[in-house]
Amino acid sequence: MSTTVATASSGRGRRSSPMSWRWGDRLVLVLAWLAGILLCVLAAAIVLYMGYRGIQYLRPDSIFSRPQLSTDQSGTGGFLDPLLGTLLLTAIGVALALPIGVACAVWMTEYGRPGWLARIVESSIEIVAGTPDIVIAIFGLAVFQVSLLAPFSFTSEGGGVYGRSFIAAGAMMSLLALPPLYAASRDGLLAVPGHMREAAFALGKTRITTIRRVLVPNVRSNIATGVTLGISRIIGSTAIVLILLGGFLRFEPQGSAPAIDLLRGTGSSLTSYIYYNSPAGEGAAPQKAYAAAFVLLIFVLALNLIVERIGRAHASSTGLTTTAGVV
Amino acid sequence: MALERLKKPWPDHRAERLLGAVSLSVGVVIIAMIVFVTIRAWPIFQHNGLSWLFDAHPPASLEGEVSRMSAASSSPTAGDYTLSAWPVIYGTLLTTGMAVVLGLVLALLSSIFIVELAPARVTRVVIPVVRLLASVPSVIYGLIGILVLVPYVGNHLVTEQQRKSIQGTAQLTGESLLVTVVILTVMITPIMIALICEALSSVPSSWREGAIALGLNPLRAVRAVTLKAVRPAIVAAAVLATARALGEAVMISMVSGGKFFSPRLGDGVVFFYEPLRTLASTIVDYREGLSSPPLGATIYAVAFLLLFAAFVLSVSGYLVKLPLRKYQTRG
Repeated sequence: MSTTVATASSGRGRRSSPMSWRWGDRLVLVLAWLAGILLCVLAAAIVLYMGYRGIQYLRPDSIFSRPQLSTDQSGTGGFLDPLLGTLLLTAIGVALALPIGVACAVWMTEYGRPGWLARIVESSIEIVAGTPDIVIAIFGLAVFQVSLLAPFSFTSEGGGVYGRSFIAAGAMMSLLALPPLYAASRDGLLAVPGHMREAAFALGKTRITTIRRVLVPNVRSNIATGVTLGISRIIGSTAIVLILLGGFLRFEPQGSAPAIDLLRGTGSSLTSYIYYNSPAGEGAAPQKAYAAAFVLLIFVLALNLIVERIGRAHASSTGLTTTAGVV
Repeated sequence: MALERLKKPWPDHRAERLLGAVSLSVGVVIIAMIVFVTIRAWPIFQHNGLSWLFDAHPPASLEGEVSRMSAASSSPTAGDYTLSAWPVIYGTLLTTGMAVVLGLVLALLSSIFIVELAPARVTRVVIPVVRLLASVPSVIYGLIGILVLVPYVGNHLVTEQQRKSIQGTAQLTGESLLVTVVILTVMITPIMIALICEALSSVPSSWREGAIALGLNPLRAVRAVTLKAVRPAIVAAAVLATARALGEAVMISMVSGGKFFSPRLGDGVVFFYEPLRTLASTIVDYREGLSSPPLGATIYAVAFLLLFAAFVLSVSGYLVKLPLRKYQTRG
């Protein structure tokens, strides 16, 4: 009986055609397709619009010349300093986050004793991941204003500690990069089959030697994914730069020691340059904001592509989880 | 010398302790964060108790309080610390709530589309698209908002009549609740899609096939079986998205108008065109005012609220994910 009903209602073949569904179901079907199409249209609109504006306003000159000294940015000048500032922040952030992130992942998967300590570490990283970057920024400012840490940041003539410097901003950036780095390395380590560890132990290796010689080399691609995700967090963060570097556009070195003066001083990044030149800032040069945003978007797209390339080897079911990069 | 020692095999117990100490440093950072922010925010709690969180003062007073704070001398009186932050809290709840509800609907539909409906060829396009939308920096969203959407709303959607109707209380420039919520929705939807998709595809396909074998059409099977099974993941996704929306500062500071104003439901459609300010965007807007003690304390008090909210959301995210462990190896 039921067979005849099914055949009658579904018409042909095994799959029922949407034409025979109830109206509510058909509506959901249409809405789901529309939602999928909407996402694609949005992404295409953003990329095409930014690309159009970028090609319109980006000149080789804007990448290779420094920002103007005046508040008004509508004249000549480019964003060499912000570009280098972004690279500098990325370097500091990754240099700090990489060892900490990998060490956390290794300790959690390979040791993780006592259990309560492991739980503390895990929830700490989760809280870091959930803390808004604006709060991280304002926390960084409070920390680096402690007079003990004055050597790391910008100080005024009278000895006032502003707590603003590339070191401060980079240190806070490392907190942004830490969670994806940790998650990617941990997922990699958990996926290493147990017999590889056992084989190493059977050869008389200690735990730490196994980690250094077998496990970490094995999860190199996961770590690379984590680093890439961390970098894309860092280059996209505006709040930390606005608060911990302040409203400067050019590098403002502090002190006289070469290289270190740069780290102790302030400057800008692509994101703060965009903010400054948008109508929300003081620069009043939207065309420059567009040009810099175009460059930033290209960086982000490139990083996305890298994640996808590396991630293909260890793709999860939908390719959207931690390792592949959205959360 | 040190290098020589590094090259030799490390003693295991020392390595364990070293790695453990490094891991624990993250916890130390969290504690430091709570301590620093609380200490800096303390004067506000000291002078206002908890009443500054609620709607105790006349609505327009926040503007005046903040300008008095920024004008305060370096040795402020107790009166300088008076604060009623309700308009900002209300703005945050409004934008976050609306964006999460809209985003959740969009995310549910798109996740069903990606996992159950779309042909493999389409999925291969949509997944990178979701990832792209998630990784566009907030300042770029803000730039598009302030240079494209805000002028559009200001010039084409807001009518002269609407502008006149609330003249004197707020200016309708296009920097509005509407633009803020729309962009915020686009920013948080990908996160929810990622989590929901992940959960949907981890439900054993035999469950759904069983439902289809019982005569349900594929879509109804998804609704009756798969979506029910992943309800905790949907809640977890909404919680995570809420955390993101609460913390979004720069984009909102660019497109929301930056006025201490509470959009009023009584104004009808104009409600959507009214400016507002959220907790996070207040910090960005007043980042230069930290040197004035009362204003600095206010900003840290706002940061404290955000930190507290993030903490609560972290915990509830963890709690709702617990039942998921039944059929997922890891959350």
